[in-house]
Amino acid sequence: MDNRKKVLVMGVIGADVHAVGNKILYHAFTEAGFECVNLGVMVSQEEYIAAAIESNADAIVVSSLYGQGELDCRGMREKCDEAGLKGIPLVVGGNIVIGKQKFEEVEPRFKAMGFDRAFPPGTSPETTIEALRELLHMDGEGK
Amino acid sequence: MKPILLIDFGSTYTKLTAVDVDGEEILGTASSYTTVQTDINEGLKAALRLLEEKTGKLSYDKTYACSSAAGGLRMVTSGLVPELTGEAAKLASLGAGAKVVGVYAFQLTEDDLEEIRSLQPDILLLVGGTDGGNTECIVHNAGLIATMDAKFPIVIAGNRNAARQCERLLTEAGHEVHVCPNVMPKFGVLKIEETQSKIREIFLNRIVQAKGLSKAADLLSDIMMPTPAAVLQAVELLSQGCEGERGIGDLIAVDVGGATTDVYSVADGMPEHMNTVYKGLPEPFAKRTVEGDIGMRYSVKGIVEAAGLQRMSQISGLSKERVTELVEMLRANTETLPNGEGELEALDFALAAMATEEAVRRHAGTMEETYTLMGLTFVQSGKNLTKVKQIVVTGGSLIHTQETEKIAAYALYSPKDPASLRPKEADVWVDRKYILAAMGLLSSYYPQTALRIMKKELEFHGHSE
Repeated sequence: MDNRKKVLVMGVIGADVHAVGNKILYHAFTEAGFECVNLGVMVSQEEYIAAAIESNADAIVVSSLYGQGELDCRGMREKCDEAGLKGIPLVVGGNIVIGKQKFEEVEPRFKAMGFDRAFPPGTSPETTIEALRELLHMDGEGK
Repeated sequence: MKPILLIDFGSTYTKLTAVDVDGEEILGTASSYTTVQTDINEGLKAALRLLEEKTGKLSYDKTYACSSAAGGLRMVTSGLVPELTGEAAKLASLGAGAKVVGVYAFQLTEDDLEEIRSLQPDILLLVGGTDGGNTECIVHNAGLIATMDAKFPIVIAGNRNAARQCERLLTEAGHEVHVCPNVMPKFGVLKIEETQSKIREIFLNRIVQAKGLSKAADLLSDIMMPTPAAVLQAVELLSQGCEGERGIGDLIAVDVGGATTDVYSVADGMPEHMNTVYKGLPEPFAKRTVEGDIGMRYSVKGIVEAAGLQRMSQISGLSKERVTELVEMLRANTETLPNGEGELEALDFALAAMATEEAVRRHAGTMEETYTLMGLTFVQSGKNLTKVKQIVVTGGSLIHTQETEKIAAYALYSPKDPASLRPKEADVWVDRKYILAAMGLLSSYYPQTALRIMKKELEFHGHSE
């Protein structure tokens, strides 16, 4: 395996200004040995994609806290395909749907949209990191 | 007395400024047609004769020059994503004083190569990928450019992991290659200074000769830079000051020419409030933009297109039909000057006003209001220049009229276009003797003197709100 750190493009999608969780995740991912391109808050699909192209990212991690995530994420996989990022892992987490819905119903909807993993509210960064390691075949790497 | 001669070989005029650095004053200015087609010295000698009539015979201690003759420094850029490394390459080239004649993004195609061949750039800037990021695109582009017969210097300033491979591909094919640090080493970080000095160095070593300027070289003591680079250096000094002399603070400068309009800003322009989110590439502290479709004569149609006939008619007080007629006439007779004659004077006022408005609007950033669940949020892209308090104007159309202040007011914030982050109020300074480029040159050796001369010579022309 090469020495290059795995690169994550991350940010909070849509008209969502929740900045705190984004900073916590950034530190957790960096600490776990990932190289993070953090786009901050109010990120559009196009911005994730542009950043992923330039940085040759290994995965895109989308956060959404304000309930509109389902709308904001729609079409993202197709746009990635269009931009030449075929098969890039897409991960989403947070309060990604409106109101309190059973996550067993929510998850399949995001998977159908082309997201590789979706996480419910209250997921700890460690869980996401574990999932990313698995997605990026980083078995036995890091701490 | 210690006289120094400063020369600006312009595309149309060769402009001379004689300065006494001991007395810190302008001894005289003169200009004559640039004669780059035959022998550039002819125009220079003609201008020198005119200057001598004003100043008497002087023995110059040093002679420095800048040039935008023979098309200036023509550059083509090739990047990856248009808004990211593509934009970084463009900003780097413009700041180095280049005229950017072609901007390419993603992988080049054979058609693009054909176009580049016909554009005949002086330098090609090849970038793409953050450090450790995408290498595929820049390597593909280097390979394709390597196949070109046309040989022009290539500056590589992309992903460091691909730079040497690109260099090999191009050098083996016989191209002159220079490798610089990545213009965007990390996402959202702009690092263009080294690339810019490399571009100026190539301009000096190679292009000056290719453009028939070397005949004048015997006369020159040192430095030769593209004119816009000299102007950028002058306005940066004017704004920031130097050791022993204070600057006038954040500023914008507007140069409305016959073919293009240049805008410079020296200001940070980053968001001021916590509730403002910044989007896009951060811009250079000293930023230059050029509008190729906005100019008083050759590009007069672009002004009318941007402003609309209705507005042109309103501001000039002429009928729409008359505006159209006169604009056609100006485009056909580019040397026409308004000589106090009513209609042309009025039209030129409207043209200069609209050129200023449009060029500054494109240069300045924008602010959008967005309602989020957390309340009102602002999204800023580009520079926020609303707090800039100084405007410097130059260019024939602005310095030969007494209405400069009124024209400059069009550079300001307008309630009709609240998203555009232009200065809210500003003092207007006129470069009546056209000395900015000369002072930029002088500042390489005598920054304090150049700054004090600018402060003395720039004419205060009122305060606009």
